[in-house]
Amino acid sequence: MVDDFASVSPSGIGAKGSGSDFAIGEGDPLPDGESLTVEQAIANLHHSDPSLRYYASWWLGRFRVREEAAIIGLIDQFEAETEPDETGAFPLRRNAARALGKVGDDRAIPGLIECLQCSDYYVREAAAQSLGTLGDPAAVPPLMQLLAGGVAEAVRVPGKPHLRQPYAAVLEALGSLGAIVAIPQIQAFLEHPVARVQYSAARALYQLTGDSFYGDKLIGALQGSDLQLRRSALMDLGAIGYLNAAEAISETLAENSLKLIALKGILEHNLALTDPPNSLTPDTIRVMQYMDNLL
Amino acid sequence: MSQSPVLELITAVDEADSAPKLVAAVRQLANVRSETAIPKLITALGYNNPGAAVAAVEGLVALGSAAVPALLEHLDGYNYGARAWALRALAGIGDPRSLELLRQTAESDFALSVRRAAARGLGNIHWSDMAAAAIPPAQEKAMQSLLKASVDPEWVVRYAAVVGLQGLGAAMRQYQHHGSLGIDDRLQEMAANDAELAVRARALLADQQLNPNGQDA
Repeated sequence: MVDDFASVSPSGIGAKGSGSDFAIGEGDPLPDGESLTVEQAIANLHHSDPSLRYYASWWLGRFRVREEAAIIGLIDQFEAETEPDETGAFPLRRNAARALGKVGDDRAIPGLIECLQCSDYYVREAAAQSLGTLGDPAAVPPLMQLLAGGVAEAVRVPGKPHLRQPYAAVLEALGSLGAIVAIPQIQAFLEHPVARVQYSAARALYQLTGDSFYGDKLIGALQGSDLQLRRSALMDLGAIGYLNAAEAISETLAENSLKLIALKGILEHNLALTDPPNSLTPDTIRVMQYMDNLL
Repeated sequence: MSQSPVLELITAVDEADSAPKLVAAVRQLANVRSETAIPKLITALGYNNPGAAVAAVEGLVALGSAAVPALLEHLDGYNYGARAWALRALAGIGDPRSLELLRQTAESDFALSVRRAAARGLGNIHWSDMAAAAIPPAQEKAMQSLLKASVDPEWVVRYAAVVGLQGLGAAMRQYQHHGSLGIDDRLQEMAANDAELAVRARALLADQQLNPNGQDA
């Protein structure tokens, strides 16, 4: 049962001898750029060179630096970058919004909510993701505003590779935030023509209702032919801890590393539900058996 | 047309002209469980085609010890990806001749997915294939490597180390190796203190399965 990269990505159908580098597995070391110290990274947030500010933001998020000066410095990036670059992007805001979700400090919330109105789609996407992680229900109404117009207006922006709003991120954030009030609006997105958006709606609705109908929809994605959708369904099922998915996860065609992460999410979610918490039950033991077979 | 069926299947691997055909050909070759197929299956580990590599690893594991000398011999001079797949085959086979390699890999390979496979493999060694006198010191070495893997920075390697420690602990009990008490201690420590809930749970399960009557409680 050793099957990392059991499925071949569309770009990777090199057959034999294609000569490209073989990917061992998710989670293996990344080329890490230059190394920084915490002090340097914080100082670089105020450097005159934007590329150093950009890298420092990423770095502080990557290593989840929770120091006061880091958090304030990251929030400052929103105000400091007043103009988009020549492509219309706010790269520093993007990185700061992502990093603030990772460091997890509530002081970032007002700035992130403002970012939901930024003209840069990717800033809005990063802010929605981070607001979902931070867990403050104050973010629910502004997130719901991005769903305004429903599926009818959730169309692709001409000439861009994305929809009008980062719907997948918004739906997932509403699910994480327990936004019961948003259920009717989210349900409409189960019919969105983009599969990824449908699955984000199902993920959120499972979290909000606990109805296995929605979890089973994600299991359906594991059996589909699209590797990227299978991968994102793995992450969704791990995030929502849907126990019924454990076997389907162990059998889907995707990297073992991703399957293990998904099963870990399910295991930990269900360990917390046992009485007393974190005790071994037939269900939690079964999830571990699936994990053992994927090592 | 006078070729044996296995040689025909080997030819089919060589002649596959698309990724899906290659995967299908390697899978068929792996399924005949013939020692004649071993060199080609090892070659398939280096094709940079994950589906083919998966099928080849499964075929090699099914062939067991017969595949070990060729796997060990071909480990050098191959690209890293092929080495990783070969290591996974050796971890699955559990032949004691691969013990040193599994130890080095579990302790110090740069790729966590390979450390994880090696740690699992250290719990899966077929000790009965070893000279009786050599078993206790070899088990001791395997244990030391797994104890190191049990403090790996990556949770999944620590999880695999727990699985390896459980397998080794069971084997050491079979050989009445009292060193397995060190395994019990480490598993209990991990069950109490590991940073990741999933690893704590797996360590608790390993301890319970090794000590079903709770003698150590």
